[in-house]
Amino acid sequence: MRTWGLLVGTAILVALAAILIGSVSAQAPRPPAGNRSFDAALIARGAQLSAIGNCASCHTTPGGKSFAGGVALTTPFGTIYSTNITPDVDTGIGAWSEADFLRAMHEGVDRRGRNLYPAFPYDHFARVADDDVRAIYAFIMTRDAVQSTVPPNRLVPPMNFRPLLSAWKALYLRRGVYRPDPDRSAEWNRGAYLVDGLGHCGACHTPRNAMGAEKKDLYLGGGEAEGWYATALNASSPAPVAWTADQLTRYLRQGWDDDHGHAAGPMAPVVHELADVPEADIRAMATYLLAVMGGKEAAAMRTVASSADEARLESGAAIFAGACAACHDEGAGAVSSIRTVPLAQTTSLHAPDPRNVLHIVLEGIWPEPGEKGVVMPSFAGALTEEQLASLLAYLRVHFASSPPWADVPRRARDILQRKDENER
Amino acid sequence: MIELNINGRMQRVDAAPDTPLLYVLRDHLAMNGAKFGCGLGQCGACTVMVDGDAVFSCLTPISVLAGRRIKTVEGLGTIENPGPLQRAFIDEQAAQCGYCIAGMMMRAQALLEKNPSPSDAEIRRHLMPNLCRCGTQMRIFRAVRRAAQAMQAGDGASERSRA
Repeated sequence: MRTWGLLVGTAILVALAAILIGSVSAQAPRPPAGNRSFDAALIARGAQLSAIGNCASCHTTPGGKSFAGGVALTTPFGTIYSTNITPDVDTGIGAWSEADFLRAMHEGVDRRGRNLYPAFPYDHFARVADDDVRAIYAFIMTRDAVQSTVPPNRLVPPMNFRPLLSAWKALYLRRGVYRPDPDRSAEWNRGAYLVDGLGHCGACHTPRNAMGAEKKDLYLGGGEAEGWYATALNASSPAPVAWTADQLTRYLRQGWDDDHGHAAGPMAPVVHELADVPEADIRAMATYLLAVMGGKEAAAMRTVASSADEARLESGAAIFAGACAACHDEGAGAVSSIRTVPLAQTTSLHAPDPRNVLHIVLEGIWPEPGEKGVVMPSFAGALTEEQLASLLAYLRVHFASSPPWADVPRRARDILQRKDENER
Repeated sequence: MIELNINGRMQRVDAAPDTPLLYVLRDHLAMNGAKFGCGLGQCGACTVMVDGDAVFSCLTPISVLAGRRIKTVEGLGTIENPGPLQRAFIDEQAAQCGYCIAGMMMRAQALLEKNPSPSDAEIRRHLMPNLCRCGTQMRIFRAVRRAAQAMQAGDGASERSRA
């Protein structure tokens, strides 16, 4: 409730400013540009940039037509449905000119000048150079047009009143494309440009304030995505083993690193998209992210500080032996054909809260249908919330040398509830 | 010593707490319906139900089962008097080698107890963790659909009351 009070209060305060600033001109409807022809090389570059921006994830429903939108994005302010960005004239963006598209990416307004919600991360896309936006436009405009109307947003008032977003933009939208830092290498700058711009890594990995904007002082300090903890990528990265540029590059392209773990949850489609991006671009992102992490030394030398009670640890150990050891007890009877990340090195077990471990234990890991990838069975139904608490206490103490997380049963309940809703 | 509620009967078992339920069923209680396939939760041949959910018995240590309801394929009916799901598998001749079938039936039973009239897509999605190497998936799929219809039509009343 406090959040809403603050929200409404701020909204009123800046309402006037909003009206003054938000006077973006509406553009008259115009017929579609007709037979658009684009240079093949431009389209190919747009495809790669679109993969870095991961447009497909938000704009394609599972099993749905590419870029036809309709994905429900849950926000603290209600549900937003992603738009159809295929070149269909009536229901997509087929009537949009290149200038319209550029303006949407940089200023967050649609063709008619209406404010777009920042679930579309234009606070990042504002950084993207015009030429790159043009390439993406060429790529999008040459996809199959799909006639598909997406459901209307379900937002809590007053957030359903789009003009208010001008206030949000006045506060949080920094305009202007990325400007290279002359004191840094070309690779670092390329990485920063991709991470902060199209890649919009901060949209998940930076925590947000009550207004749903990224907290600049906690840049890449660990955020949230679809009920998962989006790992901190700055100096507070929980990874027990320091990343190298090679490892991070491989992880971003293949979704896997032996010393850190597997890209699961909302990160899985991201690395799936990045698989076909030129390695130089991924390496640049890795280089920049390593600089943000600040050459962190391995934190594995932590001393055990366990206050978990013995009975809980004992019961957790029995669960681990019966349920997990066949694959995860490296060196002690695990099946050798199964390749798992040594649990002591998985980032998830060192995270500040148990969400990611619970997601993986309760939902398992499944590759997209038809794709190769890691498989882990789900243990939903097998373990009660209290048993999960015991198992996770054991995992934390035994593998992460860390105290058990406090709120495992409640977190588990939340995840199971969400899983039920998704399966219904 | 641990007490397990299996198909409504209390069974006392003398086994270490980390022993997988599958081993207890087969080695201690001679209930051989659930099968050992991979031992890794990747094939589903060992599937049984715990408190209404389908679980891999090969990866479920008995220490987590005190006070919970376990149901195996033996609990669905007998050879003389098969339950509606078993009847449907027979009618569709859904088994070839049959090794996966007990697990398939238990996962399907868990679905039908929660959702008596699942859509085709829901049946497919729900059965995804269970594998069949012979290739009778389409028959298994039809058997589950047939069982749902039979249970809806009331043939399942006795089955449900037993559960």
